[in-house]
Amino acid sequence: MAEIRLRNLAHSYSRSPSGPADYAIREMDHVWEQGGAYALLGPSGCGKSTLLNIISGLLSPSHGEVQFDGKVVNALPPEQRNIAQVFQFPVVYDTMTVFDNLAFPLRNQGMNKTKILAKVNEIAEVLELHPLLHKRASNLTADEKQKVSMGRGLVRDDVSAILFDEPLTVIDPHLKWKLRRKLKQIHEQFNITMVYVTHDQLEASTFADKIAVMYGGQIVQFGTPRELFERPSHTFVGYFIGSPGMNLIEVLPYGGGVRFNETMLPLSPALNRRVAEMPGAKLKVGIRPEFIHVWDGPNEDAFCADVVHVEDLGTYKILTLKLDGQLLKVRLQEDQPVPQRQAYLSFPAQWLMLYADDILVEPKPMEVQP
Amino acid sequence: MSLTLEHVTRVVDQQVHIDDACLSFAPGSFNVLLGRTLSGKTSLMRLMAGLDKPSSGRILMNGADMTQVSVRQRNVSMVYQQFINYPTLTVFENIASPLRQAKMSQAEILEKVHATAKMLRIEGLLKRYPLELSGGQQQRTAMARALVKDASLILFDEPLVNLDYKLREELRQEMRELFQARHTIAIYATTEPNEALALGGTTTVLHEGRVIQSGKTAEVYHRPQQVLAAELFSEPAINLMSGRVSGTEVSFADTVHFPLNPDLQDIAEGEYRFGVRPSHIGLVPSNDDDLELAVTVELAEISGSETFLHVSNDQFVLILHLPGVHEYAVDTSILIYIPTHKLFVFSADGQLIQAPSRRLGRVA
Repeated sequence: MAEIRLRNLAHSYSRSPSGPADYAIREMDHVWEQGGAYALLGPSGCGKSTLLNIISGLLSPSHGEVQFDGKVVNALPPEQRNIAQVFQFPVVYDTMTVFDNLAFPLRNQGMNKTKILAKVNEIAEVLELHPLLHKRASNLTADEKQKVSMGRGLVRDDVSAILFDEPLTVIDPHLKWKLRRKLKQIHEQFNITMVYVTHDQLEASTFADKIAVMYGGQIVQFGTPRELFERPSHTFVGYFIGSPGMNLIEVLPYGGGVRFNETMLPLSPALNRRVAEMPGAKLKVGIRPEFIHVWDGPNEDAFCADVVHVEDLGTYKILTLKLDGQLLKVRLQEDQPVPQRQAYLSFPAQWLMLYADDILVEPKPMEVQP
Repeated sequence: MSLTLEHVTRVVDQQVHIDDACLSFAPGSFNVLLGRTLSGKTSLMRLMAGLDKPSSGRILMNGADMTQVSVRQRNVSMVYQQFINYPTLTVFENIASPLRQAKMSQAEILEKVHATAKMLRIEGLLKRYPLELSGGQQQRTAMARALVKDASLILFDEPLVNLDYKLREELRQEMRELFQARHTIAIYATTEPNEALALGGTTTVLHEGRVIQSGKTAEVYHRPQQVLAAELFSEPAINLMSGRVSGTEVSFADTVHFPLNPDLQDIAEGEYRFGVRPSHIGLVPSNDDDLELAVTVELAEISGSETFLHVSNDQFVLILHLPGVHEYAVDTSILIYIPTHKLFVFSADGQLIQAPSRRLGRVA
């Protein structure tokens, strides 16, 4: 059982890093709390495997500290960190039975037979492996093998955390959700910190209570699935989460808000105060295709856009529109009327995000006059 | 060019790989072959390419019988799952290779390679080698090579399966735009219903070597003629419930009864299979005669902007596809609502009796 804390952690594969581009992990502070279900989500090359290897001890970070329950573990080899890992490809001892696979780590610890029997039975029960206990592991299907891999991690009482590295890659698509359910149940039953590494937003948001989105060697947002969807704190999160991703438009400030070409988007006073404090920042507005409002007809609050393309995805439609030279994607529910040629849009203030140099701008509350 | 398959069958070692396929594809069309692994997609494409010969039946191009013509004489390109490029050649030379084989002039090669690279947005990478490229760029290079020679037929065998979903999103869209401007017939095999929908054009649903249904993609999706077509063309899977219509009610699983309402009143008495798409089941009623079911949550799968909710009770195992993020603990009890006008009704032997309708302005 452990809290995993990363302090001033950074990593460069170069011996003499000269700039931020030389870092696979840029300096970060991060805490995985004891007992949490977490995901580390990002595209290939974002640094998530490097970070995973640093936590498990396969890689020693070039800067900063890794702490387990407040104790620095930088110098500890992987086998002394009490971390269980489940990889993409199931790791089982093919010549052993399922029982012996599960008992293996306990026998290594010198546990007595009665206790081993009890412990293996308990885990087999949870993972629904009982009917297979005396089968040879080589005869199992991929999902059964992956359950055995997980079981070997769960069976030990001294495990401080389980790290999953894309564990469902080789599982048949129609079995995946059953294993996802199993993972959630396991997390609810065992008080173990779990970190699930993946590039797949569905895997991450289904498993985790909180997701760390990684991009360019940094964690750009650490939040619940809902927060990542509704309030992306970085433009990359807006783009990466959701399909299609967030509409992002470069804008310039004017007195009461921001504009692109001739289109004015008024902002709240609280946001305008922030914009005024950041001269020279590169500003963008972001709004998700789900949140753009499409009116049935002209409306004095609505912008008029040209319909460029309609994509029927069966359960919903994606509209591509051109507003003042800017392409926008809008998601329409199946039975919503589809505008012809022209569409009338508005951007509800609640869902219109403002980004400065790709970071979300939080509204600034009015200062209280003394 | 048009492409027609007339009663094409292929049998290998007494195993039927393709069973009496009759299909025709219009010039300049984009066509998806949709089916699970081993449904016959690749077998069918190999027959179209001329890599294999049918055991019986004919393959016509522009009305001319090409059945016995070999692949070399057919002007066909293929793009595979794996990004196949020549690792020792630059991107430019990779794309140029079919043109060099065709002994085209240097000036023409230069022009065509640049035009194709530009279309696929890899014109800045022409001097690089394939291994210096990302997966998406490598696949674009392979596609450029297939497109550069103006083949009359281009076959794509699950070309995006090894790419991450953001890249797929982009490439699918590019693909659709690329083919709008060409006279080439594109045939695109995929196992994913949502990819078929995103690509548009036509969809041919294949199962165990047979053509289950073929037509405009939206038409096949919204009006599957058989329950099998509805099952194969639905991700997540369409929910199916066996039911009986008798007197004034519908009964599911013998224990759940609902009064027949105007949406279902034309259905004769008897046994049926009712289908409902995951996106049509709601967490709140949309009409006062929706079917209400009490269920428990098996799992809420969240995918960025949408949620796949797996639920069950003693009678049913169902899946809901909901817009937005809905977080539920495993085993939470909830109520769900099925609008009756969104039900597919299939006969007991699987033929479509009634497809969902829009309920517009009906007086409640």
